[in-house]
Amino acid sequence: MSDETLKLTPLYAAHLEAGARMVPFAGYSMPVQYKDGVLKEHLWTRENAGLFDVSHMGQARLRGVSPLSAFEEVTPGDFIGLKPGKQRYSVLLNKKGGIIDDLMAGRPDDDGLFVVVNGACKDNDFRVIDNELAGQVRIDRLEDRALMALQGPKAAQVLVIHAPDAAKLAFMETAAIQAFGVDAIISRSGYTGEDGYEISVPGEAALRIWNTLLADERVRPIGLGARDSLRLEAGLPLYGHDLDETVSPIEASLNFAVSKKRRDARDFPGASRIAAELAGELTRKAVGLKVEGAPAREGAEIADTDGHVVGVVTSGGFAPSLGYPIALGFVPPALAAVGTELKVIVRGRAQAAQVVATPFVPHRYVRKV
Amino acid sequence: MRFTKDHEWVSLDGDVATIGITAYAAEQLGDVVFVETPEVGKTVTAGEGLAVVESVKAASDVYAPLSGEVLEANAALADAPETVNQAPEAGGWFAKVRISDPSAFEALMDRAAYDAFLETL
Repeated sequence: MSDETLKLTPLYAAHLEAGARMVPFAGYSMPVQYKDGVLKEHLWTRENAGLFDVSHMGQARLRGVSPLSAFEEVTPGDFIGLKPGKQRYSVLLNKKGGIIDDLMAGRPDDDGLFVVVNGACKDNDFRVIDNELAGQVRIDRLEDRALMALQGPKAAQVLVIHAPDAAKLAFMETAAIQAFGVDAIISRSGYTGEDGYEISVPGEAALRIWNTLLADERVRPIGLGARDSLRLEAGLPLYGHDLDETVSPIEASLNFAVSKKRRDARDFPGASRIAAELAGELTRKAVGLKVEGAPAREGAEIADTDGHVVGVVTSGGFAPSLGYPIALGFVPPALAAVGTELKVIVRGRAQAAQVVATPFVPHRYVRKV
Repeated sequence: MRFTKDHEWVSLDGDVATIGITAYAAEQLGDVVFVETPEVGKTVTAGEGLAVVESVKAASDVYAPLSGEVLEANAALADAPETVNQAPEAGGWFAKVRISDPSAFEALMDRAAYDAFLETL
């Protein structure tokens, strides 16, 4: 895709001014790193607060007579039971139980369901939802809104200066609040494993708010490169890499996204496959790997200790907070137990790897306020 | 010191070439977290892979600027890959190679030519 056709977020000028290296991502020109570089940006976020432009992601309101129950027709989550002020992680499923996208859906107020989906998937996601739920919900895409994430142990201290009500939110809570002089939708969530917030604001106010947050010495801008290494350490999957339309939530080790109630009801797309997988008919399962030697990256084969190829790495790289390479990948369930010794094939050579628990770096979510 | 368009540098002592990547390349790669150096005794061919250098994000090939036999690899990079960023054109060298054709060294770009090449990027 040529640069001419790339879309720009409302923060594009700020990225250039900050010395960002811009790359095409999800059809947008996005900052992959700033002057500090991926390693320092990653560590800064773990110790202070990192500010991310994620305005490429798709934001929408699902409105209608009963949008919560309608949303259960395309996801395996318990949305009928979603209380006001709460948000859930979920997956949009195809008829075969494969993941069309992963997403956040919440109730910041009484105005239907507020959903945030991946930028590269958003057009297809909203088309699928529109097709499946035609007549039940209306999708109002919020293309005039920007989205930024403030992540890290100092994120809360910084944000409450500008949005005092954000202090009342616990992890996975969301609220429509007046902050920075605008109508903001703020959730205490993110994609780094750290405490932090995702902040939706009107696009025309985004640059002012971005600069206001960056004026705090605890905050630095963080690019997509560190966003990827942070989410990998947090054991969080990336759509298009760890997840795709062939992967079920059970294969992806996202069992928590298939609620107990919905398992019993078996009333979601691909429910028969997912029930069978839960009963043990599973051929592959996502695991975390600690890798010795060179980083094993996406596409690297995983072998057993006899050298037989048994799986593939779906995401992998060097973990800045750990100082060694880690990976996510699929292996047969019999080889998925923590402690299992495996090999990864990097440039034709077998290197030692061990199945380890995820998250690789413990989550530091604030679950009670 | 001589340079290639792939941003490797070579310094020559007799028929032994020391090879690394330039400060420009190190800056472009970002923080180096792993270096795979060649095995001693391996025969390398100009333009083919000599080493692999990995940043947090990606793996990049380093090409042999000249053909020859690997005499020594920089073992210090195993524990201190960051040397490639800190001293790319000194302590961050990757390998010493006995070159088969010393005249090929002279055919590479000198500093002025490399600097002029960087201006075109």
